[in-house]
Amino acid sequence: MAGFERHEHDVLIVGAGGAGLRAAIEAAAAGASVGLVCKSLLGKAHTVMAEGGVAAALANVDERDSWEVHFADTMRGGQYLNDWRMAELHARESPDRVRELEAWGALMDRTPDGRILQRNFGGHAYPRLAHVGDRTGLEMIRTLQDHGVHQGMDVFMECTVTRLLLDGGRVAGAFAYDRERGRFQVFGAKAVVLATGGIGKAYQITSNSWEYTGDGHALAYHAGAELMDMEFIQFHPTGMVWPPSVRGILVTEGVRGEGGVLRNSEGRRFMFDDIPALYKEQTADSPEEGWRYVVGDRDARRPPELLTRDHVARCIVREVKEGRGSPHGGAFLDIAWIAEKIPDAPAHIKRKLPGMYHQFKALADIDITKEPMEVGPTTHYVMGGVRVDADTQMSNVPGLFAAGECAAGLHGANRLGGNSLSDLLVFGKRAGEYAARFASENAAPSLDPEQVAAAERHSLAPFANDGGEGPYKVQEDLQELMQNQVGIVRTEDDLASALEQIEALKERAANVAVTGNREYNPGWHTVLDLDCLLTVSEAATRAAIGRRESRGAHSRVDYPAKDPDWGRYNLVLWKDADGNMKSRREPVRELPGRLTRIIEEQG
Amino acid sequence: MAESTFRVWRGDGETGGFQDYTIETTTGMVVLDAVHRIQAEQANDLAVRWNCKAGRCGSCSAEVNGMPKLMCMTRLSDLPMDEPVTIEPMKAFPLVRDLVTDVSWNYRVKENIAAFQPRKPDNEDGSWEIFQDDVDRVMEFRKCIECFLCQDVCHVLRDHHLHEEFIGPRFMVHVAALEMHPLDTGDRLEALRKDQGVGYCNITKCCTKVCPESITITDNAIIPLKERVVDRAYDPLAKLLRVVRRKGTPA
Repeated sequence: MAGFERHEHDVLIVGAGGAGLRAAIEAAAAGASVGLVCKSLLGKAHTVMAEGGVAAALANVDERDSWEVHFADTMRGGQYLNDWRMAELHARESPDRVRELEAWGALMDRTPDGRILQRNFGGHAYPRLAHVGDRTGLEMIRTLQDHGVHQGMDVFMECTVTRLLLDGGRVAGAFAYDRERGRFQVFGAKAVVLATGGIGKAYQITSNSWEYTGDGHALAYHAGAELMDMEFIQFHPTGMVWPPSVRGILVTEGVRGEGGVLRNSEGRRFMFDDIPALYKEQTADSPEEGWRYVVGDRDARRPPELLTRDHVARCIVREVKEGRGSPHGGAFLDIAWIAEKIPDAPAHIKRKLPGMYHQFKALADIDITKEPMEVGPTTHYVMGGVRVDADTQMSNVPGLFAAGECAAGLHGANRLGGNSLSDLLVFGKRAGEYAARFASENAAPSLDPEQVAAAERHSLAPFANDGGEGPYKVQEDLQELMQNQVGIVRTEDDLASALEQIEALKERAANVAVTGNREYNPGWHTVLDLDCLLTVSEAATRAAIGRRESRGAHSRVDYPAKDPDWGRYNLVLWKDADGNMKSRREPVRELPGRLTRIIEEQG
Repeated sequence: MAESTFRVWRGDGETGGFQDYTIETTTGMVVLDAVHRIQAEQANDLAVRWNCKAGRCGSCSAEVNGMPKLMCMTRLSDLPMDEPVTIEPMKAFPLVRDLVTDVSWNYRVKENIAAFQPRKPDNEDGSWEIFQDDVDRVMEFRKCIECFLCQDVCHVLRDHHLHEEFIGPRFMVHVAALEMHPLDTGDRLEALRKDQGVGYCNITKCCTKVCPESITITDNAIIPLKERVVDRAYDPLAKLLRVVRRKGTPA
């Protein structure tokens, strides 16, 4: 394999957001040699955008909280399609993972007695999110980054993996290119951890950056790993809607946690109009009770704005559809109103939500301490991902692990806010730990020169497509298709037609041409991203066709009700020997009695 | 809808020049949107670095009409659009291509700064008692998004190219965040004086002016660090005490 830059590691980690960094730190601590590949510069991953906080039952603000309550909340939020073992591990281990961050230098907001402060968030029974203002993700990634670089690991910045390499059935490494020079890199590794995040760029309106093209999902799928729950894509209810150029940028749920309310064009708090049966008991009856909850009255119940994201997003869509939306097709999110309730509200808002204040001021000329924001749903997160073992995070491909957003299981049909940052920490650590163990127990695999050559041919193909169309239009058409036909509200007809159009887009993608040379060429990279986007788009669409019911984030107009039978299955996708995407129903693992009792006790 | 012209730097470290692109612009557009439209419609291979598009990741730093800016937070409505908008890469770092520079030096600098060293935990569960005031004191520094615009305008780096002798404002802020961290026990003053060139800064405050996070870099980070270094290194009484103490320490 002359002509390639070669690297050898015990553990290769693809992705350097929260999950990848946490995995790298753990694998290095276990004594493994670690390579960390990141698509952008270190510390720029999408984790920086996480605003609200990290969920952990520290019970610092309300001592009634415990891992059991966190577990039950997560399962209820996921409509019981979650892998119970992952939900259990997550709830049990997240407090330690958060405290550990502090030992590495993170600073979070405090309670009056000097402990980590926690805030309210949708679907969490008690104030549970450790946070620092509304830039928790930045604090987390910077802490992991600054700690990680001192642990002895090789970091490959602006480097993109295009293929996983296999040795027989097990993973053997990865083929990648570095953006700066366009050179190919061949990584040999005993274990590979995928931590590549989500698939938001398959949609037109998204809170995700250009990197979110489902790379880990697609790499794993083509390497023989199974994907699960791909029909469950979270549309965050509050993205910016105006001006057009910022459409989709996230407005943190923290706004609602701090007392922000949703209103329609008639000024009505429409979230009181439709409260799902599963949450009736836990939701406030009146605005007055909702406010008492916000300010910490322990007898008050949650305001309906803090219902789960899937539900809030659908309510906003309903208001817009029925003609009660805001001028630019969203709803009004008002935090300024709290001036009626507390003295010096503007200063309070600026202190608790500095990023939001700045974002609206700079990008939309809106002062959120004085006027409401316009918000609407934005593609935010994919619950589905690589199917992994709960304890080790290993996929069905030996040596191939996945953690964070690109893995499936923890969140079921809908993720609770705050559970993604804790997911990254808990399962990033586990993936790193077990990948290092796998590496220590297995000999180095051998790399197949033919696989490497094929990966190279695949990467260079677009340079040979003289005169074809450019990649951007194809990407745009795919995003428009997914937005309109595989979005918040779905029907069989739309989905089936989307699948046909994805096939047509695949053909166009195979013929796109790039101009320029290999050095830092975004056109070329967009072609390679397209491959992954098309794979995950097909997966999301096929899964959405398969699940004939509405549950969590998956909402079918033609099957509007929850079907108890479907409540017993996850949908699993894989690639067959002929290269076709196949699906099957896989029974949800049955909860052990001790966990069933916890759920029952929590009502 | 209006048509506007953008004068964008194209080329690598050796050759290159400005090229004009005229595109349609719409309400609320930022400079990064314009670059993306040019990239999608007229120059597929136009190199630009970006991620979050919300001022939080610090990737899309460039010089817009000569001013160091995050392209994603610079609105066209704040620029004079009757003349071409000039967009060029940062000047303090080697050019890779078009608007992208090689900022890897910054990462090497950071690796050489002594890591966070916490005091022993206050509680048995490994946690510490920290108060909001202690958090607030360093919060300003921890807001840094590592866009490196402060490095770009620092004349020690930009004009005098003293990258080997001075770590630049970004890392003065980083050291300040560590030194003033309520739990940290590390000592970085000697390194600041000897290897990291704290003396090179002559307090022109150019860095503070361009910081998109409004961190008061010079007044709150660099000057206090300078004072600490001076107190340590040049206070004769302290120096005498140190000598006496060192002699008193058993081998």
